[in-house]
Amino acid sequence: MNTASLLVFDALLMLTLVGLAWAALAGSDERLSVILFIAFGLVLAVAWARLLAPDVALAEAAIGAGLSGALLLSAVGSRPRGASRTRASSMQNHTEEGNTRVLQWTITLLCAALAGILAWALLHALDIGPTDMLPQAISANLATSGVSNPVTAVLLNFRAYDTLLELAVLLAAVLGIFALGPATPGYQPAGPVFDGLVRWLVPVLILTAGYLLWVGAHAPGGAFQAGAMLAAAGVVLRLSGRSSIGLPNGLTLRIVMAAGVGMFLLVGLTLLVLGRPFLGYPPAWAGTLILMIETAAMLSIAATLLLAFHGGRPKSHALAARTESANAATSNTCNEEQTP
Amino acid sequence: MINLLSAILVLAGVFFYLAGSIGLLRLPDLYSRLHALTKADNLGLGLLIAGLALHMQDVFIVLKLLLIWLAVLAASATSAHLIARQARRREAGS
Amino acid sequence: MYALFAFSAAGLMFTLLLGLLRVLRGPGTGDRMLATQLIGTAGVGILLLLSLLLDQPALLDVALVLALLAAVAAAAFTGQQREDHRD
Repeated sequence: MNTASLLVFDALLMLTLVGLAWAALAGSDERLSVILFIAFGLVLAVAWARLLAPDVALAEAAIGAGLSGALLLSAVGSRPRGASRTRASSMQNHTEEGNTRVLQWTITLLCAALAGILAWALLHALDIGPTDMLPQAISANLATSGVSNPVTAVLLNFRAYDTLLELAVLLAAVLGIFALGPATPGYQPAGPVFDGLVRWLVPVLILTAGYLLWVGAHAPGGAFQAGAMLAAAGVVLRLSGRSSIGLPNGLTLRIVMAAGVGMFLLVGLTLLVLGRPFLGYPPAWAGTLILMIETAAMLSIAATLLLAFHGGRPKSHALAARTESANAATSNTCNEEQTP
Repeated sequence: MINLLSAILVLAGVFFYLAGSIGLLRLPDLYSRLHALTKADNLGLGLLIAGLALHMQDVFIVLKLLLIWLAVLAASATSAHLIARQARRREAGS
Repeated sequence: MYALFAFSAAGLMFTLLLGLLRVLRGPGTGDRMLATQLIGTAGVGILLLLSLLLDQPALLDVALVLALLAAVAAAAFTGQQREDHRD
């Protein structure tokens, strides 16, 4: 593999990454920063791909570039224009010059010191070469893990406890989202062009989610990426102004939210009862158990991300249908007034 | 022979990408830029995919490449429509 | 052949940089969203080339995911939110 010919590509990639990061943080215009942040996510996915980490590249493309982009843009797009600029200037009027100068220099020096330590650590590590036995340990045990993708084996088998706790963190995040109150009212019904795109995009997204879930056993993929695709399907439905976006109601929603953690606990405790260690799968059953856990985790992750886009507790379907007909009546009268 | 054909297609694809992005930088206003972007980029990606498909062994992978091209076509056409409509709305409102 | 693909990937990366210029310069947010589309399409092209260069067929899946989610950003930005009838 001749990596010398990729030198120009690598140099341009690094230049783009650093330049994007700088530009995204340096500006005072919020909308520009959000768009630069989305672009940064896209280029970062390419960087992960270049570093031979396709699982991370998948997650970055789905969550960092797609879902975070939608979340941030919908938040910043609804603000009235010029609000950010007036706020920045009033802040400058109120702060004292001396204090902010000292604070800025302290933060700059601390960040520079951290960067220096990281650079020294990286150069030191490159000098002495790899000393940990982790890759050998993984490949030695891969045959009994039930899957052939090493990333999935680590996430769902060797370090399953960590993944259980990550899903618990996601569940806590959803409870926090619910505490925000009712969800934002949603979007106007989409025109025919976007609606036409949505009609075939959503089934394809759902199919891709199923594909990523299944292929995660032997190739890059898995529950997180599949959950992000399902959430993207729900986001697209919401952006097109539909009232029902695929989230279940009431008790079913709560079951789906808790499904990831619940399935993990169910499998782990059953294994405990049967005399094995907690989450210690018997090798003959490992593949099936991992698939069950991943399916439940995919649904939980999708529900969490979709609820984050909602911004609060979603309305029940009946209530949503009633409000949609009321909205349609009011928007019809508004359209009649505004026709040019 | 396949190598030569693939090389021509890939280079043509990159050329169209560059042409589209130069149009993006040089054209005077939003609508003409939208024109340049969607046409040149989709053609560039199509030629690139045609060139790469010649190297693939499996027919299902070629179908996946075709799906990627169709998805990009539909997505960029829809995005161009949405962006242009938003710009018209802003112009009419202000 | 390999060198040609590597050179093409560098060319697409350069296209991406040109799109970035438009994001930074573009007088309106429409220009910025437009340039983001270019960055996305260039990214898809780069991923396809990388999947052959680095012998990673999984990168085709990454390109597929990027292509499918490409319209979501533009839709999120231009979507008009409903009136707030909660009370």
